[in-house]
Amino acid sequence: MNPRVAFTPEAKALMDELRAFHGPIMFHQSGGCCDGSSPMCFALDDFKIGQVDVYLGDVDGAPFYMSSSQFEYWKHTHLTLDVTPGRGSSFSIEIPTGKRFMIHSRIFTDQEMAELPEPPQGKQH
Amino acid sequence: MSTTLFDRPTLKADYGNYIGGKFVAPVDGHYFDVTTPTDGTVITKVARSNSKDVELALDAAHAAYATWKHSSVTERSNMLLKIADIVEANHHKLAAIETLDNGKSIRETINADVALVIDHFRYFAGVIRAEEGSVSELDQHTVSMNIKEPVGVVAQIIPWNFPLLMAAWKIAPALAAGNCVIVKPAEQTPVGLSVLMELVGHLIPPGVLNIVHGFGPEAGKPLAQSSRVHKVAFTGETTTGRLIMQYASENLNPVTMELGGKSPNIFFKSVMDQDDAFLNKCVEGAVMFALNQGEVCTCPSRILVHEDIYDAFMERVIARTKAIKMGNPFDTNTMMGAQASEDQFNKILSYIKIGQEEGAELLCGGAPAELDGDYSNGYYIQPTILKGHNKMRVFQEEIFGPVVAVTTFKTTEEALEIANDTLYGLGAGVWTRDSHELYQVPRAIEAGRVWVNCYHAYPAHAPFGGYKQSGFGRETHLMMLNHYRQNKNMLISYDKNALGFF
Repeated sequence: MNPRVAFTPEAKALMDELRAFHGPIMFHQSGGCCDGSSPMCFALDDFKIGQVDVYLGDVDGAPFYMSSSQFEYWKHTHLTLDVTPGRGSSFSIEIPTGKRFMIHSRIFTDQEMAELPEPPQGKQH
Repeated sequence: MSTTLFDRPTLKADYGNYIGGKFVAPVDGHYFDVTTPTDGTVITKVARSNSKDVELALDAAHAAYATWKHSSVTERSNMLLKIADIVEANHHKLAAIETLDNGKSIRETINADVALVIDHFRYFAGVIRAEEGSVSELDQHTVSMNIKEPVGVVAQIIPWNFPLLMAAWKIAPALAAGNCVIVKPAEQTPVGLSVLMELVGHLIPPGVLNIVHGFGPEAGKPLAQSSRVHKVAFTGETTTGRLIMQYASENLNPVTMELGGKSPNIFFKSVMDQDDAFLNKCVEGAVMFALNQGEVCTCPSRILVHEDIYDAFMERVIARTKAIKMGNPFDTNTMMGAQASEDQFNKILSYIKIGQEEGAELLCGGAPAELDGDYSNGYYIQPTILKGHNKMRVFQEEIFGPVVAVTTFKTTEEALEIANDTLYGLGAGVWTRDSHELYQVPRAIEAGRVWVNCYHAYPAHAPFGGYKQSGFGRETHLMMLNHYRQNKNMLISYDKNALGFF
């Protein structure tokens, strides 16, 4: 189990729908304007992972990354990948479905933080 | 203020793409429903384009460029002026459509969005008439001459927060510089630009300005990736910004990026030295986080206030925030409208929740706004103030909603440290009566635009763009012209004699 990112059954259902069409997929957590702060989903390797990205583990088999600078402000929170209705913008591949991936967050307990390993940087898949 | 209730605009049943000077149906015949965030209902259908439609637009743009690149400055300037005149003649019509499309209040679309669209077209019409190239005599026999040439066919990907204005920011300089343009509007807010083309399309030679609607992964991606595009301009978030730069790198194409911010709005102790008109302006300046429902890249979403004035100042800010009138966005008395889409609505609420879990104190708002009647199904959120510290996620991430995070500082050094402790550097506000602070503090802030004793003003003629992860390029100014142009240097020798090397 991924200790940093969980997912809901709705997220898994949408991931399965996307994989049926696109094959393997990946996530990169965005920041900034408009649809920033939402996770972006791409066909695997359509988005180039750099050394600046950290790997937070797989989400139902799909690797989940975030830029290390952003991770500095996010590392104390546990993330759950979920789905909301809505017409998001961006190049995320679920946009045409009329559904959008989103993130719910909760604060890690002190014990959880103590047990969490540092995530590796760079491409891990 | 007396109330004026604008009629909700009626739209056509569907809008195709605008390619080669006319509206055309998408090649594969697919459309998608457009809903209005004001009440969640479907208002029209818009072309769901793919790479085939993008190729058609590229064909039209390249064909047009063969002659458009020779257009005179006068011709381009006059065209932009005529566009501005028609937008002005349809000011309220376009404002109502923008309100329907995006959800924002009509008082903002009239006084900000459409008013600035008109001004931006006129500004770029004006500056190209006054511009001159440069000539240098390098020595007695050698002259260097610089002439600006358009880059060619440019792709522009427009966000949904100011659909018409962000389009104008990009279209006006690109056309002024002599390029042909393909615009991909945001899929949440595609209507305004289609209606604009109905009004002004006849002024523009066929193929010079093309609109391709559709979803980012289906229409935006082939446009940004195309080797037939010579430049890409994008406003949006950081992951898509990186992805577009990856595509551009394959073509060695230049890009300009505007990727958001987490702007500090700093209130120094002197603002409360007097209870006067200026203090009233400062309080309004703090409440500016609610402009456009907070869906602004430069939303002043972090209030930094000196600890000595915190209680007295924030009491006024909270009172003013609670007085924000929400309601029918077509009513001129409504101050704040709907969030642009359901997913944004849910994202904003999740941030209010995580903020409180991190220990932020809720000072006001914090929940959806329940509107009556027709608008009960729209996406409305109460303006919200959270008090906390700068390491919290609500201080670091762009919520893109009417949510501000407030913290205190003791010294100017601490204010600067907090202000600059962010990944972004787009906007900032500095409020003070001290003439030294109002110069020195803005200079020390790492941001492309620092408003001093004002906020959220976007006049053409003042360049706008980001430092750090907020992107690069400077819009709303003649500087943007050079992001859409090449420099042709002609190095001319007037010496008849050989060099003597060979």
